[in-house]
Amino acid sequence: MANKINLTIDGINISVDEGATILEAARQLNIHIPTLCYHEDLCVAGNCRVCVVEQEKVKNLPASCATPAAEGMVIHTNSMKVRMARKHIVELLLSEHNADCTKCYKNGNCELQGLASQMLTGDHLFLDLVPGKKYTIDMFNTAIIKDDSRCIRCQRCVRTCEELQSVSALGVAYKGDKMKISTFHEHPLFEVVCTNCGQCVNRCPTGALIERNYIDQVWDAIYDSTKHVVVQTAPAVRVALGEALGMATGKIVTGKMVAALKRLGFSSVLDTDFTADLTIIEEGHELLTRLKRALVDKDPTVTLPMATSCSPGWIKFIEHTFPEFLPNLSTCKSPQQMFGALAKTYYAQKRKLDPKNVVSVSIMPCTAKKFEANRPEMRSSGYKDVDYVLTTRELGIMIKQAGLEFDELPDEKFDSFMGTSSGAAVIFGSTGGVMEAALRTAYEIVTGREVPFDGLNITPVRGTEGEVREATIKIEKVKPEWSFLEGVELKCAVANGLAHAKTVMQNVRDGKANYHFIEVMACPGGCLGGGGQPIPTNKEIRTKRKMAIYEEDMGMPIRKSHENPEIAEIYKEFLEKPLGHKSHELLHTHYTARKRY
Amino acid sequence: MTDCKSLIQELAEKYGRERSSLLPILQGVVSANHYVSDTCMTDIAKELDLSAAQVYGTATFYSFLDTEPRGEYVIRVCKTITCDMHGKKTIVQTLEDMLKIKVGETTPNKKFTLLETNCLGWCHEGPAMLINDTPYSGLTSEKVHDIISEYIQK
Repeated sequence: MANKINLTIDGINISVDEGATILEAARQLNIHIPTLCYHEDLCVAGNCRVCVVEQEKVKNLPASCATPAAEGMVIHTNSMKVRMARKHIVELLLSEHNADCTKCYKNGNCELQGLASQMLTGDHLFLDLVPGKKYTIDMFNTAIIKDDSRCIRCQRCVRTCEELQSVSALGVAYKGDKMKISTFHEHPLFEVVCTNCGQCVNRCPTGALIERNYIDQVWDAIYDSTKHVVVQTAPAVRVALGEALGMATGKIVTGKMVAALKRLGFSSVLDTDFTADLTIIEEGHELLTRLKRALVDKDPTVTLPMATSCSPGWIKFIEHTFPEFLPNLSTCKSPQQMFGALAKTYYAQKRKLDPKNVVSVSIMPCTAKKFEANRPEMRSSGYKDVDYVLTTRELGIMIKQAGLEFDELPDEKFDSFMGTSSGAAVIFGSTGGVMEAALRTAYEIVTGREVPFDGLNITPVRGTEGEVREATIKIEKVKPEWSFLEGVELKCAVANGLAHAKTVMQNVRDGKANYHFIEVMACPGGCLGGGGQPIPTNKEIRTKRKMAIYEEDMGMPIRKSHENPEIAEIYKEFLEKPLGHKSHELLHTHYTARKRY
Repeated sequence: MTDCKSLIQELAEKYGRERSSLLPILQGVVSANHYVSDTCMTDIAKELDLSAAQVYGTATFYSFLDTEPRGEYVIRVCKTITCDMHGKKTIVQTLEDMLKIKVGETTPNKKFTLLETNCLGWCHEGPAMLINDTPYSGLTSEKVHDIISEYIQK
C-alpha cells in the first residue's frame, strides 16, 4: 500500500496517496481549482500557471497540477493572493489571444472563455499584443484548421500528438514571445505527417485547433429541393451525441438522433452500421481467403497479418510510418466509404434517383473521415461518394440551430434500406469491436457454429485503453470446405491509440509477434473517443460511452453481421457475392505510400 | 559543405541515438556546415527516430543553432543595453560599412554573416562581439577595422 500524506486544504484535513498532486487532493475534496494546460490524459506540463495555489510558509505560488502533496502542507486555494494571481495570469494569456469570441467556432465551448467569464477579466491592465503579431491561420486542410491567433501555447496538442499518437506532427518551435506550436518548418497540416485524427482538437482549450465544419454546405443541400440528401450515422455517434446537447454521458440516443435528423430535413436517415455489417462480410472473407492462400496454396505473396482498414487516421499513419506494411491492410474501404459508394449506385437505382442529385452526408465521431471522404480514390460511384462529413459536434450545433428540444424528441427508426444493422456493427464504435464482429461471423462461416463465448461476447478481444490486447481463438470442428483451418489458433491483436499501433507494427516488423489479424483504431478507446466527439474527453467519459455501446449491442435483435437481412438482400440484388466483381469495384480500395519526412 | 547524411551518421555513432543526443548532433552539424538545413533536419529525425517537427522545435529554440545559411565567420554583436550605451551602434555601422551587408545578411562570397545577439556577458568591457566562438570586447571602430581586416586575409 502506498504511503499516506496528510495535508490541509482550505482548512480541511485530507490524507492522500504519496505522489498525488495538490490538484488531485483538492479534487477529492470537491474543491475545483481551475486548469488550462492540465489534461487527465496527458503528462503534467505546468506551463499555464492558472492552477496556482498559496502554500503557507512558501513565498511563491506553486502550480497545483505539478506539485506533489507533502506532509504537513497547508494550502489555500481561494485566498485573495491566489485569486488575483489567477486573474492576472488569464488576463496575460488573453493579451496574446485573439479574443473576438463571436467570430470563433468554439464560442460557448471554450475553456479560456469560461475562465475569463468566471474571473470577470476585463480590467485592461495589460496591453493587447494581438494586433502587433503576425499569426498564421492554416485553413488548407480538409479536416482540421489551425489558427495560431487563438493559441495560448498550453501544449496540450503537442503532448497529445506525441504521447497518445506518437506522431508528433506538432511541436514547439522558437522561444520566448516568438514561441509557437508548429509543424515541421510551419508547413500546412496537409503537407506533414498529421493523420487528421483530431485528438488535438478534442483537447484544445481554445479555438486554435478546430475541425473544418461543413454545416452551411449541408444546410444548402437540405434546402435545395432538387437534391435527395441521404445521411448515415456512425456507431459511436449514438452514444455521445447526447453529451453535446446537455444530456448525461454515456446515454444511448439512437432513436432521438434519428428523429432529429428527420426533422432537420434529410431525405433519408440511414445507418453506417449497415455498411459496417457489410465490411465484416467482405473483410471476414478477405481474411479467410488470405489464410487459405497462406496455409493451403503456400502462396508466398500473401501478406499476413491482415490489419483492419476502417480507421482513416490509422490508414494515413501507416502510409507515412510503415509504408512497407500497406499490403497488410485489408483492401476493404471503411464503412463510411462503402456506404457512400452504395448510396450513389445501389441506393439511387433502387429509389430511381439520378445519382448526380443524391447528396451523401455522414455523421462521424471523427475528423479524419473528412480527409478520407476527400481522397481521390473515394469516387468509385462516378461521383464523390461521400459529399460532406460532419462530426458529432457539428450535428449537435445543427440540432441547436434548428431549435429542437433534443431530449424531448421521440425515438424513431432508421429508414430502410441500408438502415438495418446488427449488434456486431454497433461495437465497431469501440476498440476491439471490429475484431469481435469479424470473429462472430468468420467463426460461424468456418464451423457452422456460433463463437464459443457466453452471449456472443468475445471479451478477450475487447480492447482496453493504454494497452495492446492479444487473444488466441482456437478453430475446431470445422466444415469440410474449411478443413485446412482445423485446429488453427487464430492469433489476434487489438490496439487503440496510434502509439500502441506503432508498438504492434514494430513488433511485427521485428518478428517479435506473429499475428493473423490486427485491429487498429487511431483514437484512444476506438471511435467512441474519436476526434469528432463532444468535448471534453477523458477516460471516465470514454468508459461510459463504451458501456453504452456494449449495452446497445446486447439490446439488438440481430447480433451477427451475416444475419442482417438487408445484407443478404444486397448480395442477392446487387453485389452477387463477397469479394465479387462489384464489391471489388465499389467496396475495395488501395493505399498510397507517403513520406514520413 | 559536408554531406549531411554521412555527417549525421558519424555524429550519431559518437553521441548516440537517444533523444538527448539531438542537441550535440545539431551542434556538430552547425559547426561543420554553419547551419542546419531542412534536409539535414529530416535526416537527423530519421536517424534518431524522431518526428521532423521535434527536430525543428529544438533547432529553432536555440539562437546559436542557425537554420538559415550562414557565412564561414558568423559575427554576433551584443545588442543588450550596456553594450548599446557603450556605442554598439557605431560598431554595427563599421561592420556594415566594411562588409557591405546589413545585420542579418551574409556576404556574397559566404565568408561573413552579421547578426545581433543577446548579452554575451562582457558588459564590463562593452561593446562586445563574437566571431564564431571568439569574443572581442572593448571595441572601437578602429579595433573592429583591424580585427575584420585580419579575418578578410584568412
